[in-house]
Amino acid sequence: MDEVAPNASQDLERTSPHVALFVTCLVNQFRPSAAFASIKLLEQAGCKVSVPKAQTCCGQPGYNNGLEKEAIKTAKSVIKLLEDHDYVVVPSGSCTGMITKHYPKLFSDDKVWHKKATKLANKTWELCQFLVEKRKAEIIPHIALSGQKVTYHDSCSCKRELKNTEAPRQLIQKSCKGASLVELKDTETCCGFGGTFSTKFSDISARLVSDKASDIKDSHANVIVSADLGCLINIAGITARQHIDSLGYTHAYEVRHIAEILADNRDAPSMSYNTTSIITTD
Amino acid sequence: MPSTAPHNQAAFFRAKSSDALLDDSLQAALNHAKGGFIKKRAEAIADVDSFESYKQQAQLVKNHTINNLDYYLHLFEQNVEKNGGQVHWASTPEQLNNIILHICERRDAKTVTKGKSMVSEEAYLNASLEAAGINVTETDLGEYIIQLAKEPPSHIIAPAIHKTRQQVEALFKEAHDLGDRQLDRIAELVDEARSQLRQKFLDADVGITGANMLIADTGSAMIVTNEGNGDLTATLPKVHIITASIEKVVPDLESASAILRVLARSATGQAITSYTSLFSGPRNVDDLDGPDEFHVVILDNQRSQMLNGPYEDMLKCIRCGACLNHCPVYSTVGGHAYGWVYPGPMGAVLTPLMTSLKQSKDLPNASTFCGRCEEVCPMGIPIPEMLRQLRNQEHKEHLTPLISRLSLAAYMWLTRHHRLFHWATKLTHWAIRNATSNSIIKTRLLKHWFEARELPLDDEKGTFLTQYDKIIKSTVKGQQ
Repeated sequence: MDEVAPNASQDLERTSPHVALFVTCLVNQFRPSAAFASIKLLEQAGCKVSVPKAQTCCGQPGYNNGLEKEAIKTAKSVIKLLEDHDYVVVPSGSCTGMITKHYPKLFSDDKVWHKKATKLANKTWELCQFLVEKRKAEIIPHIALSGQKVTYHDSCSCKRELKNTEAPRQLIQKSCKGASLVELKDTETCCGFGGTFSTKFSDISARLVSDKASDIKDSHANVIVSADLGCLINIAGITARQHIDSLGYTHAYEVRHIAEILADNRDAPSMSYNTTSIITTD
Repeated sequence: MPSTAPHNQAAFFRAKSSDALLDDSLQAALNHAKGGFIKKRAEAIADVDSFESYKQQAQLVKNHTINNLDYYLHLFEQNVEKNGGQVHWASTPEQLNNIILHICERRDAKTVTKGKSMVSEEAYLNASLEAAGINVTETDLGEYIIQLAKEPPSHIIAPAIHKTRQQVEALFKEAHDLGDRQLDRIAELVDEARSQLRQKFLDADVGITGANMLIADTGSAMIVTNEGNGDLTATLPKVHIITASIEKVVPDLESASAILRVLARSATGQAITSYTSLFSGPRNVDDLDGPDEFHVVILDNQRSQMLNGPYEDMLKCIRCGACLNHCPVYSTVGGHAYGWVYPGPMGAVLTPLMTSLKQSKDLPNASTFCGRCEEVCPMGIPIPEMLRQLRNQEHKEHLTPLISRLSLAAYMWLTRHHRLFHWATKLTHWAIRNATSNSIIKTRLLKHWFEARELPLDDEKGTFLTQYDKIIKSTVKGQQ
């Protein structure tokens, strides 16, 4: 290895960086346990974690639906909120991609903000990728899933935007002792969520996610994890519907955010066990 | 677009895609085709040392040509004329049809054979020739099948991919005098088409083919096929007409080779197609065969409008079809749902640009932004980014529903007002649990979601930020 001059970011890797957790709107609303698990993992990895109180959403719903000007305004407020931390860590590939790949593009005509956006992009990481690549994380192994078959669903944003397919698999293998990691037949194809696509073209979306559910069934996995809540809501939604009993409970799969199983934080019920159907409206 | 507008059904993507999901034979055909193209492409790419460097070279060629398009088109024209051929320029599909009709009428043509040409599909050339009393026969097997079925192509390189073997057999039985002969096997179907087409090739007055590339340096048209029908269409009749579009030109044979290296690998997973033919003008005095006349009709049809703009990269498209083959939406609903001649991701960009965004406003939205089209595109065309640009344009032109514009604008405003945003998340948390509003969510707001899926419930203890806030406050209290 060549000698590399020390720089600030290397020093940060050695010490305890100050990490802002950007929980994302979906985790905040639907899966608080994934955010608590993320904090636990980051602290185990020696980070000082803070949760900026004024955080909301990265602005992707507007950005992907034609509201570019609104997305620019929201990006500015997110940049202002997060720019003073050593790192920003996000338990979502999709929102990470929004900040790292799309924010700089939004300011291609604005030098000052482009610089700020690029600076934020360079220190923003998806959780698993951050733990593996920036922290060489000390993972605390646990045997809670021993004997179980775990599958990791690649979100399109993790896979294609962030080229992040190895880190989550490495982490599962390191932390979930005795569990086996099984792969789906087709890890390349989208689950069909696509944000507003799932309601704009709900029948196409439903077909895609039921194809994914068949692959899951064929894999014999009983625990399904992913780094993106959009995919998880979709996959939990279809597996719940397909395996629901007369009381409205499903017994099929355990569907969770990957942070929950890495941190052994499984107090919250599986996303597919606990659905809005449980609330009877008759 | 007067000639395309009546045929443009892109406005109905939503309805047609829903029908497609319920069409059992279509789904059978799509399932049968699914994976084949993907596997073959992956194998073909794994077979070479660096497909990435092939891609880079092909992209360099296209970038250079697109930046100097006028120069190379002019050079191509000069060299075609030097070879004794003629170049015709058509800004619109109607002009293309009129030029070709004029040539056919001048030669008193009664029958025309055709090789596969997406440009001619774009202009609805067959309909225009048939209206003038000319008998047209498509000679590419897939095109022949859809001509019998009176349908447009559903894939740019496999036009009849939506048909099952049984459907093809039924079409042949209806169109051909088969007697007692059965066509149970695919080989028998191919033989049957071949025997029907043989005489058509020999009888044709005019042969019309497309072109995969126009070589400026030599004035040649390059056609790649796997059936050899292109060669018979081009060389047997007295007149050969080539239909192409402006972005098909490349500087020279070396540049063409750079594109050939990625074309077949991306399209069919072949290193090279069975036939790669160059046509460089009419028959010379000492040639044994070839046409008396050689015409190249070059169509613009809005393409020049894409130059120097946000959609310029689309002109680099070499029509390999990889984006169709890898698109989850295309693979689920097939090509006809897209309503015009170009389906799938590339079609979702081209159709709005070449016809009308208003008429095809569903298409830019018919994507999950999974990004696989861009990943497999040998030309690296950022298709998702272009679809996003088209969505921006739809928003600006108020082509999206008012209710979605307003609610998205309100949501985006909330993202910048965190107190109100968190109040709204708490309201949502409550609304999911309240019986009345839960029912409204299920039966109205997210009705379509709930047709196939459940919605996972959020945490009964409240949103993450609410819970976290409580913990922080109690810790602070404990410390005091």
